Amino acid sequence: MVDKIVIENLNLQYADGTESLRDISLNIPANAISVLFGPAGGGKSSLLRCLNRLNDLTEVQTVAGRILLDGEDILDPQTDVIALRRKVGMVFARPVVLPLTIRGNLTYGLELAGEKRKSRLDEAAERGLKLAALWDEVRDRLDDPAIALSGGQQQRLCLARVLANQPEVILMDEPTSGLDPISTGKVEAALQELKKDYTILLVPHSVQQAARTADFAAFFLQGELVEAAEGKELFTHPKQKRTEDYVEGRFG
Amino acid sequence: MAQKKLNWQEFFIPRLIKASGYSAILFVALIFFFLLREGLPALTEVKLGDLFAVRWYPIESHFGILPLITGSLIVTLGAMLIAIPFGIGTAVFMSEIAPRWLREILKPLVELLGGLPSVVLGFLGILVLSPYLRVFLDLPTGLTALAGALLLGGIAVPTIVSIAEDALDAVPYSYREGAWAMGATRWQTIWRVTLPAARSGVLTAIMLGVGRTIGETMAVMMVTGNAPVLAIALTSLFHPVRTMTATIAAEMGEVANGSVHYHVLFFIGLVLFLISLVVNVTASSVVFKSKKRAERVLS
Amino acid sequence: MKRASFSNRDLVQRLGFSLLTLVALVTVVPILVVIAYVVKEGAPAISWEFLTAMPRDGMRAGGILPAIVGTFYLTLGTAVFSVPLGIAAAIYLSEYARDNWLTRLIRIAIINLAGIPSVVYGLFGLGLFVLFLEFGTSILAASLTLSIMTLPVIISASEEALRAVPQAFRTVSISLGGTRWQTIRKIVLPQALPGILTGVILGLERAAGETAPILFTGAAFFLPRLPGTPLDATMALPYHLFVISTQVPEMPFQIQYGTALVLIAFVLGMNIIATVIRSRARAKRQW
Repeated sequence: MVDKIVIENLNLQYADGTESLRDISLNIPANAISVLFGPAGGGKSSLLRCLNRLNDLTEVQTVAGRILLDGEDILDPQTDVIALRRKVGMVFARPVVLPLTIRGNLTYGLELAGEKRKSRLDEAAERGLKLAALWDEVRDRLDDPAIALSGGQQQRLCLARVLANQPEVILMDEPTSGLDPISTGKVEAALQELKKDYTILLVPHSVQQAARTADFAAFFLQGELVEAAEGKELFTHPKQKRTEDYVEGRFG
Repeated sequence: MAQKKLNWQEFFIPRLIKASGYSAILFVALIFFFLLREGLPALTEVKLGDLFAVRWYPIESHFGILPLITGSLIVTLGAMLIAIPFGIGTAVFMSEIAPRWLREILKPLVELLGGLPSVVLGFLGILVLSPYLRVFLDLPTGLTALAGALLLGGIAVPTIVSIAEDALDAVPYSYREGAWAMGATRWQTIWRVTLPAARSGVLTAIMLGVGRTIGETMAVMMVTGNAPVLAIALTSLFHPVRTMTATIAAEMGEVANGSVHYHVLFFIGLVLFLISLVVNVTASSVVFKSKKRAERVLS
Repeated sequence: MKRASFSNRDLVQRLGFSLLTLVALVTVVPILVVIAYVVKEGAPAISWEFLTAMPRDGMRAGGILPAIVGTFYLTLGTAVFSVPLGIAAAIYLSEYARDNWLTRLIRIAIINLAGIPSVVYGLFGLGLFVLFLEFGTSILAASLTLSIMTLPVIISASEEALRAVPQAFRTVSISLGGTRWQTIRKIVLPQALPGILTGVILGLERAAGETAPILFTGAAFFLPRLPGTPLDATMALPYHLFVISTQVPEMPFQIQYGTALVLIAFVLGMNIIATVIRSRARAKRQW
C-alpha cells in the first residue's frame, strides 16, 4: 500500500493551554478508509483539522512536527493553504449546507477557484451527487434551497459538495452522528465505493462503525496515539490493553 | 485573468476593511484634537478664575461657565428623577411581567420614542408643555428647567429601557426558577434575584441615559428659557436656566471665528466631550468587569 | 395543604404589578399621544403646495420644499460616507479583528463616538470640515459631520448582524478552499444584509432628524432656491422646524405643525421600513 499521508512527530497545543496532540506519528494509506477512533477529547478532530490546516482559524499555540502529503510538508508556512483545502476536503459532524441552492452548494468550491464554465460546473455537480448517492433524489430540484432537504440528504449533499471539488483526500468528522440508521447505511455504502479513488479519513461516531468501515484503524486516547494497525487486526487482536478495553466497551 | 482579479481583491479589500476598523479611533482622536485646538486658547485668553465664575454675559466679556454647568446638571438631575424610575420600571414590566405579545408591541413603541427628533419634542415643549406648566404651576413662564427635565426624561427613557431590558433578559431563567422553587413570589424574585443579577447592566443603562441627557441640545435649548443663572437649589427647576449644549448651539452661529467667545464655546464643547468620555468609558468598563467576574465564577 | 386565599405576599405582588403596569403605560402612551397630536394638528397643513412649493412671505406661507429636499440630500450624503465605512468597520470587527488591546481600543472609540453630544459633533464639523478643510457651510460639510455621528450606530448594528451568521458557514466555506474575503462576500454578507440594512436605516433616521450637528456646518436659515451643488448650504426639516418655532414671530401654527408632521413622517417612515425589513428577513431566515 502507498502511504498518501505521513505524519511525523506531530505536537499540537491550543492557546487556552489544553494540549491536544502529543507526538503523533502515523501513516495513512492511499485508497483506503482509515478510521481514527477513541473517546471524546482524544485529539481525533484536531488531527483532522491539521490535515487541511483548518486549525489556522483557531487559536493554536504551537504546532510542531511534519505532515507530508504526497511528500510535501503541509505545515510549512509557504504551503498554499487554499490549494491544500481543495485537495483535502472535509465533511463535518453536523450537516452544514450553505444558504444557497442545492446546485449552489455543489459548485461553490469550483466557483471560488474561478471556474465559470457552466458545463464544467454542472458536470462536477452531477458527478458529486452520483458518488454521494444523492443524484436520483434531487436531480429534478437542483435549484431548490438546500435547506429544504432532509438531514440525511443534507449530509450526503455535504459529501457531494466535497467530491465536486475533486479532492484527493476526504476528511470525515463523525459524518453520521446526527443521522438515522438508513441514512448512515447510505453514507457508509458510498464510502466503500469512494475509497477506490480517494483516501478517506473517518472519525466514526461509534466503535461499531469503526469496526464496520475500517481498512486501517488508529486508536487515540487523550492526545496520544495508542495503537495503529490494519482494521481487522486491531479490532480482533489489539496489542495494547487500553485498546482492548475500549474496543470491548470497558470504558468510553 | 480571473485569478489576477481575485488576487487584487484579496490584497486590497482586507486592508481597506482594516483601515475602516481603525477609523473609529482616528475620528475620536480628530474630534479631541480639534476641540483642543479651538478650545484651549480660551484658557490663555480668559483667566481661570473668570472662566469658572458665575456670570455668563459674553457681550461684556463675562465668560463664567458655572451657570451653564449647573444648568446642565439641574436639568439632567430632574430628567433622571423621571427617567430612572420610569425607564427601569418599564424595562422590568416588559421583561418580567408583560406577556410576549404585549412586549412585541411595547418594544417598537419605545424605539419609536428614541427615534423622534429632539427638535420635534422641543417644538411641542414650546407650544404645549410649557404653557401648560405655566398655568398649572402658576409660574411667570413655562420655559423652565422643569420643562427641559420633562422632555429630557422622555428622551433618556428609550436608552434606559432598551439597555436595562437587555440586561434583565440576559439573567438566566434558571435563577428565577431557583427563586420560585424556594417559594418566592414573582414580585420578590424580581427585586431580590433578577434585578440584583442584572445590576451592572442596569447601572450601564442609567449612566448612558445620563450621558444622553447631558449631551442633548435642541429640545433643551427650546424649552429651558435660556437664562444663564446659577442653579444650585432644587427650586431652580422652576426657573429658566441654560445648559452648556444650548449655549453652544445658540451662540456659535453669531460669533466671529477665532474670537475669545468662539474659543470659550469650543472649550465648553471640550468639557462636554470629556464628560461623555468619562461616562461612556466608565459605563463600558462596568460591563466588561462584570463579564470578567462572571467568567471567573463559571470557570 | 390548602393555599391561603389572600395572603399578604399576594397583595404586595398584585399592587407591585399594577404599579409597574401603570409606569409602563405612562411611559408608552404619551408617545402615541404626541404622534397623534402632531398628526391631528399638522394634517390640515399638508397639501400638494405645502410639499412642493418654496416658502413665501418670510416663510409664513407657501411650502417647505427646500427643507424636504435638503433633508433628503443630507441623508443621502450621510449614507454615501457612513454606509461603506460603517459596514467595512463592522466586517473588520466581526471577521478579522483578534481579541487584543487594539481591538478593545476600537470598541471604546466606537462607544465614545456614540456618546459624544450632537452639538459637539457640530463644533468638530465646524472646526475640521467648514474651516480647516474650507468646505464652507455646505451640504458636504454637514453630511460628513452627520456621517461620523451615524457611524457607531451602523457599525454596532452591522456587527451584530454579521455575528449572527452561524460560524459553521464560515468554516465550511474555508474548508472548500474559500479565502476569508470570498467567504465574507459570498456567504456572510448576503446573510447579514437585512440586519445591516436595518441598522443603516436606523442610523440614517437619526441623522435625518438631527439639528445640532448641522447648525454651524450646513444649515441655512432661509434659501430662496434649492441647493445646486454639495458645496451649497441647505435648508433642512429639523432646522427649519427649529427656526419657525423659535426665530420667526407670528408664525402660523398650522405651518409649524405641518412641518413637524412632515419631519416625523420622514423619520418614522424610515423606522417602519427598517422594522419591515427586519421582520421579513427573520421570517425568511434559513438558520
